[in-house]
Amino acid sequence: MPADGLFHAENLSISFGGVKAVRDVSFEIAVGEVFSIIGPNGAGKTTVFNLISRFYDADTGRMTFAGEDMTGVPAHRIAELGIARTFQNTELFDRETVLDNLLVGRHVHRETSLASDILFLPKVRRQEVAFRRKVEDIIDLLDLQQHREAPVGSLPFGARKMVEIGRALCTEPKLLLLDEPSSGLNPEETEDLSFWIEDIVEDLGVTVAMVEHDMNLVATVSNRVLAMADGGVIAVGEATDIQSHPEVLRAYLGD
Amino acid sequence: MRFVLTTRYGQDVDVFRHGGERFWYALLGLVVLAAPWVVSPYNVGELALVFIWAIAGIGLMLLVGYTGLVSLGHAAFFAIGAYSHAILLGYGVPFVVSVPIAVALTAGVGALVGIPALRMTGVYLAVATLAFERIVAFTIEHSDPLTGGLRGMAVEQPSFFGLSIVNDQLFYYLCLGVLVVGLFGAKNLLRSPTGRAFVAVRDSEISAESMGVHLARTKTTAFAVSAGFTGLAGTLFAHKAGYLAPDAFTVQTSIQLLLLVVVGGLGSLHGVVFGAIFVGYLPQALAVARDVLPAAIGQIPGLELGVFGAILVLFLVFEPLGIYGRWLKIRAWFDEFPLYRRATHKRQKSYLRTERVH
Repeated sequence: MPADGLFHAENLSISFGGVKAVRDVSFEIAVGEVFSIIGPNGAGKTTVFNLISRFYDADTGRMTFAGEDMTGVPAHRIAELGIARTFQNTELFDRETVLDNLLVGRHVHRETSLASDILFLPKVRRQEVAFRRKVEDIIDLLDLQQHREAPVGSLPFGARKMVEIGRALCTEPKLLLLDEPSSGLNPEETEDLSFWIEDIVEDLGVTVAMVEHDMNLVATVSNRVLAMADGGVIAVGEATDIQSHPEVLRAYLGD
Repeated sequence: MRFVLTTRYGQDVDVFRHGGERFWYALLGLVVLAAPWVVSPYNVGELALVFIWAIAGIGLMLLVGYTGLVSLGHAAFFAIGAYSHAILLGYGVPFVVSVPIAVALTAGVGALVGIPALRMTGVYLAVATLAFERIVAFTIEHSDPLTGGLRGMAVEQPSFFGLSIVNDQLFYYLCLGVLVVGLFGAKNLLRSPTGRAFVAVRDSEISAESMGVHLARTKTTAFAVSAGFTGLAGTLFAHKAGYLAPDAFTVQTSIQLLLLVVVGGLGSLHGVVFGAIFVGYLPQALAVARDVLPAAIGQIPGLELGVFGAILVLFLVFEPLGIYGRWLKIRAWFDEFPLYRRATHKRQKSYLRTERVH
């Protein structure tokens, strides 16, 4: 295991009713890597992400992030810690423009209060301009210029996925969780995505963890891959090893 | 079409984006400032009432239009603002002190109502706030020593610069001033992190939370700010009415406020003003209609409520964006003439939604 782990999960388990969605899952994400979680439908991949986002309380197990225990941290404080995420089918603020969506990503960095916001004191204006400058950096990075003023609801799905990644990046995360970033994208967009992910890791120094079905994308960008089936971990390792791992093949193809 | 060249980020933060907007708003400002000298005294009073409706409407718009929380209890906040202001005036508290206290009190009650509302949305929240409205009405009816109970209470009418507040022109300018300040306050909220958090909660709670928005705090804030604005309108209404009785603050008032924000256009401050004009002048239009319509229809008691409801439904079905939405479409038609396409404003449906995890 790498010594400079950014995120650790130890023995995470959660069940819904009688279904054990995640059982005894332990893994570690190292600083600066791309860590992919693969597995057949229903393996519990997204549930692991929802546990990290603290939408669910784990029945057992603990999580640490950057050396601090985050098992009981409320969901709205996760972004502040430095973990941002996207959703499988995008969860954007549909009636707002791309710009406003990205600005919400700056929420954790606000330093003004309700009272100063109502009066729009000079410091609020300065903060807005500073937010905008940061947002424009992300717009440049992800080539979103032509969509800047468009309402998100009117954009094609591929663009919306990029806006969502952009919004997550606007929080300046240390760890970026991508839930099936390529779902709904065409092959060309998926190829572009692999370049974006490389840029995000190299230019911004963000660690990326993703749940992904497209094995091509996984093999291209991942440093390490974790394979899950029926809520449990079946293998962790490099993409090529995992693809030929007998247990993984059995999980996907059956006996 | 107008394309504004932006050269500084500050321009996008400004309330008025370009010279054209500044010109038209300045013209509108002159018109409303000159109005008391042009229109009849009766209409000066009516316009002041429209301004009061608009101030209350800002409150409900922030809650319904921007935070996505429905309330059928805003008549209660209106009443709390009016009564607490009138009671304070009765104890000799000066007007300029009494108004902020009444607003703060209403906002405080709003925050308290917001707490149980955290676990409710949609129709459940509407019913809960409706119940809250009844509780407040009941309390007012049974607090005889303070509120005069069912008999009601007279409101002290202070004087400024030797003019009584009931002076039509003075009151008009007072309401106008409060409305303008209120609109700027609301606009400021909406262009800053607090307002963006409201909208984030409205559009997707789950991603708002993952962006660091504290759901409970944001909703409570929205309720408090919303109640505060409506309470502020209540304090002015107390002077307009001159005499407060419980029957002035019923569920009908709540429905009229909801009508205001829906007909005006959910999610726009312009809509508040359009809606206030609509709601303010609707009773007169109905009074005229009663005379014109055949007696069998025109003389039905309680016709107003039925018409309010019908209009609400018609707008929800045919123009969910309200008068402001219609105005935008008309403007787009002129902008793009002769190339306007109906499809520009076709409503789009989105079928993909992440399964809710809460």
